[in-house]
Amino acid sequence: MQYVVITYLCLGILLYFLLGGADFGAGIIEMFTSSKNRSKTRKTMYQAIGPVWEANHMWLIIAIVILFVGFPHIYTTMSVYLHIPLLIMLIGIIARGTAFVFRHYDAIKDDMQWLYNRIFRYSSFITPLFLGIIAGSVISGHIDTQATDFLSAYVYSWLNWFSIAVGLFTVALCGFLAAIYLIGETNDAHDKRRFIKKAEFMNVAAVVFGAMVFIAAQRDGIPLIDWVFKNTIGLSAIILASLSLILLWYLLIKGKTKVLRLLAGFQVTMILLAISYAHFPNFIRLKSGNAISLVEAIGPEKTIYSLGLALLLGSILILPFLGYLFYKFQKKEE
Amino acid sequence: MDDFIAARSQMALSLGFHIIFSCIGMVMPFFMAVSHYKWLKTNKEIYKDLTKAWSKGVAIFFATGAVSGTMLSFELGLLWPKFMEHAGPIFGMPFSLEGTAFFIEAIALGFFLYGWNKLNKWFHWFTGMVVGVSGLASGILVVAANAWMNSPAGFDFVNGQYLNIDPIQAMFNKAWFTQALHMCLAAFTATGFAVAGVHALMILRNRNKEFHLKAFKIAATFACIGALLQPLSGDISAKDVAKRQPAKLAAMEALYQTEQPAPLLIGGIVNEKDKTVKGAIKVPGALSFLAHGDFKAEVKGLDQIPEADQPPVAITHYAFQIMVGIGTLLMLISIVYFILVFRKKPLQDKPWLLRLFVWAIPLGYVALEAGWVVTEVGRQPWIIYGIMRTKDAVTPMPGVVYSFYIFSAIYVSLSIIVVFLLYRQIKMVPVLYNQSETSRS
Ligand code: HDD
Ligand code: HEM
Ligand code: HEM
Repeated sequence: MQYVVITYLCLGILLYFLLGGADFGAGIIEMFTSSKNRSKTRKTMYQAIGPVWEANHMWLIIAIVILFVGFPHIYTTMSVYLHIPLLIMLIGIIARGTAFVFRHYDAIKDDMQWLYNRIFRYSSFITPLFLGIIAGSVISGHIDTQATDFLSAYVYSWLNWFSIAVGLFTVALCGFLAAIYLIGETNDAHDKRRFIKKAEFMNVAAVVFGAMVFIAAQRDGIPLIDWVFKNTIGLSAIILASLSLILLWYLLIKGKTKVLRLLAGFQVTMILLAISYAHFPNFIRLKSGNAISLVEAIGPEKTIYSLGLALLLGSILILPFLGYLFYKFQKKEE
Repeated sequence: MDDFIAARSQMALSLGFHIIFSCIGMVMPFFMAVSHYKWLKTNKEIYKDLTKAWSKGVAIFFATGAVSGTMLSFELGLLWPKFMEHAGPIFGMPFSLEGTAFFIEAIALGFFLYGWNKLNKWFHWFTGMVVGVSGLASGILVVAANAWMNSPAGFDFVNGQYLNIDPIQAMFNKAWFTQALHMCLAAFTATGFAVAGVHALMILRNRNKEFHLKAFKIAATFACIGALLQPLSGDISAKDVAKRQPAKLAAMEALYQTEQPAPLLIGGIVNEKDKTVKGAIKVPGALSFLAHGDFKAEVKGLDQIPEADQPPVAITHYAFQIMVGIGTLLMLISIVYFILVFRKKPLQDKPWLLRLFVWAIPLGYVALEAGWVVTEVGRQPWIIYGIMRTKDAVTPMPGVVYSFYIFSAIYVSLSIIVVFLLYRQIKMVPVLYNQSETSRS
């Protein structure tokens, strides 16, 4: 059952990155859209993510619940030392979720829309930024459980070049995912071209920020290069991701949307795999040089057993339903 | 304000906020399902309009409930890391099952909201029911976690170690049934009265009378059934508390001295320093009866509880009085309502009754929040009753006060926006649904 639980945890994080990420990305795209095209983008976006955004959001909850039930030590270490970025991310989640719904369900469309839109856009940027910062901090080895002063315990744990670079990289990936996703959601040729442009832009941004992540890692003394390049799995993942980039640009120019989506998802998965494989199952790297590993920090046996069972059972109940939801609403009204 | 108090206040604020939205999310789908059913059966467009109008409200509340719930799952760790470190694996079972229930609820809501004219109409109705049932299930499950804090089970506590952990046994703890029952009824009562009251107001203002009357009847029926059962279930809860947490019961009743038989206090001002209550009406023997089902039984007072283990008395006592007072009032309103319904009196001719319902709009929620204050404050100083003290669980990070201020600001502004949105929804009812006869193709 141990591995079932760990698999679900990784799956939850991955899916939140992909689906939730595309969700955030939609807001980022909106941010980078000229004001005359915004309302159109918004409409496409609402049609695309309206019916499923609640479901996308659930992955985060799943991951968190698995963490606090199955890996309480990891959950509490993150909660204590990454309190501040978690808090900011939470504020972003609240602001975004509510603004998204409010702007759609406000019965009177007036100046309030301006406010909802602003909030929606800024929080769509802030949330993945801090999500990335948290992810970066967890592996950066800046978390110092022996620290005695406020700054080194609660601030430098996440405020460092590496974490911030990962944050920006995450933002670019989200924007990229969303642009790719939105291309397939519109039938209007002009809009399609616009989204393709955006996807290209975000892709370049992702490559640039990706390079920054490596530079920052070097600067902060994080053996990222070793993880990725001195390890077969990491290396092949990164090679596959780069190769598929070429294919992706080709398909982008051709405008093949279905394959594109899969390919973009595949790329992001590969990037995550490359970064995390080398130190798996270590989840949190500490300043002291020690690490908290998924296998060692796992909760008591009976808990893991029932958690695993609950997850398996839940999936049997949920997956057919979820699949049908996507199926039913992905079919655009032609 | 010190960090410990700030953390407690932030937790209470977040839960108090979440609970309102989650109760609406739990209960409204059932109102919708009734109205939807009536539409499918009678083909009266008005029921369809009503279902749609309500479903918009549900969408607003669902999102707010979901984000505030997401917040909570982080806040448990952010504020109480030492608690979660030990409690997570023990009381986590209901949360993981709850995840499934939420997931199903979210998916079903997606179907329901976007399924008009796309799904088979009975399947569409069914998805609405699924939203309600899974919402209720998640409420029941999450209460199991809280009940565990009141009545820890499923582990052995040896020398500060938590051994032989059994999450299933922890979930089926002694307090679960009474708390879940009382909570579900409270959700129906509070939401029912709030919704019925808003529609009653519209009837009084002569807006879309037929529409609002139909809505009023559905909501009021749920509300009044809930309110009639609530005191019964509350009595079961009180007997349960008397057995399981005598300190909480004594604080609820401000019973400083052990007495046999013990009187029930109604009203009164608590003086925590002198340990006295002034100006209360005493009903002899009533507390003995409520707590133990026997007018002559002894009831443990706070004098038998070590000073360090006593909960704050005044807050618990006042909150309990508020809950029971409101509970009694709502029960009386319900009796009147059912008498009128059984006599087949047209309700729109009874403006005084409608006015009563308008007054009752906030009352259910006030009682609900007060009830939670009784449960949570009454458990103090323990976070896990008898096992871990709240002050030992709080985060070591200084400066929680600031996050409390930020969250207070967020919650206040969110509440204002939600009220504002609902006001607009209701204001637009005539525009959206009135000319529907003419505009609909
Ligand atoms: C509409 C809301 C509402 C109303 C009208 C009442 N209650 Fe209540 N009460 C709640 C809403 C609530 C609650 C918020 O749902 C609580 C908090 C925890 C729980 O399980 O339910 C609660 C808790 C609670 C507890 C503590 C349970 C525990 O700590 O385990 C007792 C003893 C009562 N109630 C008793 C009553 C009585 C005797 C009522 C008589 C009229 C009453 N309640 C009306
Ligand atoms: C599963 C359900 C719940 C869990 C796990 C939970 C957990 C907690 C925790 C960890 C605390 C902080 C420690 C403490 O001061 O006791 C707390 C306090 C509190 N909670 Fe709960 N709670 C739950 C349900 C609720 C609900 C639904 C409400 C009401 C709206 C509520 C109201 C409060 C209040 C008022 C406090 C502050 C107590 C004080 O200041 O003395 N709780 N709860
Ligand atoms: C510590 C206590 C609690 C935690 C950690 C918690 C957690 C959550 C989470 C994560 C969600 C979001 C799920 C989604 O995205 O749909 C949520 C929503 C919800 N919660 Fe809570 N919850 C707590 C207390 C409660 C209580 C006491 C109740 C009710 C009795 C409750 C009932 C619900 C319901 C019904 C929803 C669905 C939202 C809706 O339908 O509007 N929760 N909760």
